[in-house]
Amino acid sequence: MQKSRLDPDNQPPYLYEPYHSTAKRAPRQPLIFLPHTLSERTGPIFADTLITEADRDLTRQGAGEPLGQRMIVEGRVVDEDGNPLPKTLVEVWQTNAAGRYRHELDDWPAPLDPNFNGCGRVLTDENGKYRFLTVKPGAYPWGNHPNAWRPAHIHFSLFGPSFVSRFITQMYFEGDPMLEYDPVFQCVPDRAKHRILAKFDLGLTEERFALGFRFDLVLRGPDATPSENGHEE
Amino acid sequence: MDLHHTANQPIGPFYHFALTPDNDAGIMAGPDAKGERVDLAIRLLDADGKPVTNGMIELWQASAAGIYNDPADPAFHGFGRLATDREGLCLFHTVKPGQVAGLNGKLQAPHINVSVYAPGLTKRVVARIYFADDPANDSDQVLGLAPEDRRQTMLARQTLEAGRWNFDLHLCGPCETVFFDI
Ligand SMILES: [Fe+2]
Repeated sequence: MQKSRLDPDNQPPYLYEPYHSTAKRAPRQPLIFLPHTLSERTGPIFADTLITEADRDLTRQGAGEPLGQRMIVEGRVVDEDGNPLPKTLVEVWQTNAAGRYRHELDDWPAPLDPNFNGCGRVLTDENGKYRFLTVKPGAYPWGNHPNAWRPAHIHFSLFGPSFVSRFITQMYFEGDPMLEYDPVFQCVPDRAKHRILAKFDLGLTEERFALGFRFDLVLRGPDATPSENGHEE
Repeated sequence: MDLHHTANQPIGPFYHFALTPDNDAGIMAGPDAKGERVDLAIRLLDADGKPVTNGMIELWQASAAGIYNDPADPAFHGFGRLATDREGLCLFHTVKPGQVAGLNGKLQAPHINVSVYAPGLTKRVVARIYFADDPANDSDQVLGLAPEDRRQTMLARQTLEAGRWNFDLHLCGPCETVFFDI
């Protein structure tokens, strides 16, 4: 039985008119349903020897401390059955506190911070947990429409255990008044929006040190194999 | 905990410093890797056939022996990742993958699994690259799933330069590449 995995109630469509650059890039032909083979069930494995402690502390990558609100981001990465996904590579990138990326093409006149690079990476632990320390990113303007601003966000890239689970998203902050005007956030169906909002968490917050935000992620996994699911062909 | 798959979001234009700081991840086959060398040039194009200059392409493939994460071929890395350049191009140095098991235990034709990310793509698109003129293509079940008149969009073509293959990836437009719902 072929069931589309596109999940339009919870995932953004490719074509979303208010986000103008989708018009020339969104595929228009129907996607071909692909029964999972070894090609989809496998995925790259990353050694923890490639990751250093500095990779998950974005406040210690320069000579001094970056400016901005110190912030802990922590969460769990699980599959759709709730199983933790250990040893999953989580890559993050973000602006500094002023809303500027350390990127040669980001040229809006907000200051760079000599003590902030804005990228980090971490492997989840045996419980699927990740944690990193950073500063709160800023909002920044973009060219989508007049006076367009991206709400503060952190970009997340995760691998999970298979080609199917590979995943990129953006984490926003609950209650940010700019979310309402951002077509990138708004392309996500309403019922799924809360899942890309980080929640302030007093339990994660460290006294006289840093605010804590929780951001959990659920990745897709491959279909059950025929042997696990006797009624498939 | 809410167990629904988290929503995808576009990669944004400023990922390079984090994900593709150099071109190292385009070298998938070290000098000791086994198999037939393939230099695979992928060009990413939009609806008008114009180059997409801020895309990211990831490859996932089996070794020459047809094994994913092949422990017997440590000089080969099955995962590759590059940003597209000002011409929408990126060049991977890899080997031709072997055949891996497919549906109902039948072998699949050699192929490379592709993920594409770009600003304006709210979620990745997934494609497969096969090798034109490989005799196994005719019986490949996944190639067979695509409408016959679109199958040529899944084929890399060998150039006159030895070992060099080209693949144009059209996100949309009249030559839209076949993409998969995985
Ligand atoms: Fe961004």
